[in-house]
Amino acid sequence: MVISERDAPLIAAIQGGLPLVSHPYAEVAKQIGWSEEQVIERIGEMQRSDIIKRFGVIVRHHELGYRANAMVVWDVPEQRLDEVGRLLGDHPCVTLCYQRPRRLPEWPYNLFSMIHGRSQQQVTAQVKQLIDELGLGDISYEILFSGQRFKQRGARYQ
Amino acid sequence: MTMDDIDRAIINNLQGGFPICDHPYAVVAEQLGIGESDLLQRLQQMLEKKQLSRFGPMYHAERLGGGLSLCAMRVPEADFERVAGQVNGFPEVAHNYARDHEFSMWFVLGTETPERVEEACREIEKMTGYKVYNMPKKQEFFVGLRFEV
Repeated sequence: MVISERDAPLIAAIQGGLPLVSHPYAEVAKQIGWSEEQVIERIGEMQRSDIIKRFGVIVRHHELGYRANAMVVWDVPEQRLDEVGRLLGDHPCVTLCYQRPRRLPEWPYNLFSMIHGRSQQQVTAQVKQLIDELGLGDISYEILFSGQRFKQRGARYQ
Repeated sequence: MTMDDIDRAIINNLQGGFPICDHPYAVVAEQLGIGESDLLQRLQQMLEKKQLSRFGPMYHAERLGGGLSLCAMRVPEADFERVAGQVNGFPEVAHNYARDHEFSMWFVLGTETPERVEEACREIEKMTGYKVYNMPKKQEFFVGLRFEV
């Protein structure tokens, strides 16, 4: 499916969250002047075509006690990128795994993974275990722990 | 932080796949073995306690026609607060984290058009005096298991 102008009110109406009422899609429909069936059908289409990546709870790791949020970045040779990306993505402790461009000479890393843990020690141990388990001993990496979080909100569209 | 097993089950089971039907909360509540009003109340409370940032869709920004990127800056500690204030003043800046590294400031740009990402980076550079390293996603590797509490 292709997103069009007429989807804008629906996208905007639910981006901050679905109403916490018994018939939430009817409530959204009322807000934007659609029928409940139209809302249900369009959200379903957006999910099937992956415009909505997922639909459900968006957690705040820090408030859930996972205070060590680490970005682990890897400098992976191009020929191993797909293999290593898949291995990391499949591992249960990794919550995100992206290839991004290097910014040489200052930034040599091209694979970014997120790991959440209760403490820095726990995350560091997890990364060591990951390297052993997946055979990544010859790939250079760094762990960037988060300090203060200055701003967090969902990205807004339209 | 107070969470019981039911809160944990809600978080672990509701990170995706929320039903699209006329009474979705009732469907989920039944799967969890609780009442619909209990589920609604617990979601409300977890939102109020900021354990959840929201309950709803996570969009694929690029497919909505917008731009999305992760950007980093090398900001010395002494200048961090000033720069953070300026960067966060941009409406397109979603998250902004300080990280323990020479690349000390990491933020997400979510813009209405793809071209706006580069533009916003240049504006931030001009305003702050520091280079912005724009590192948009080139490939996403599927993450099998979701976050569990």
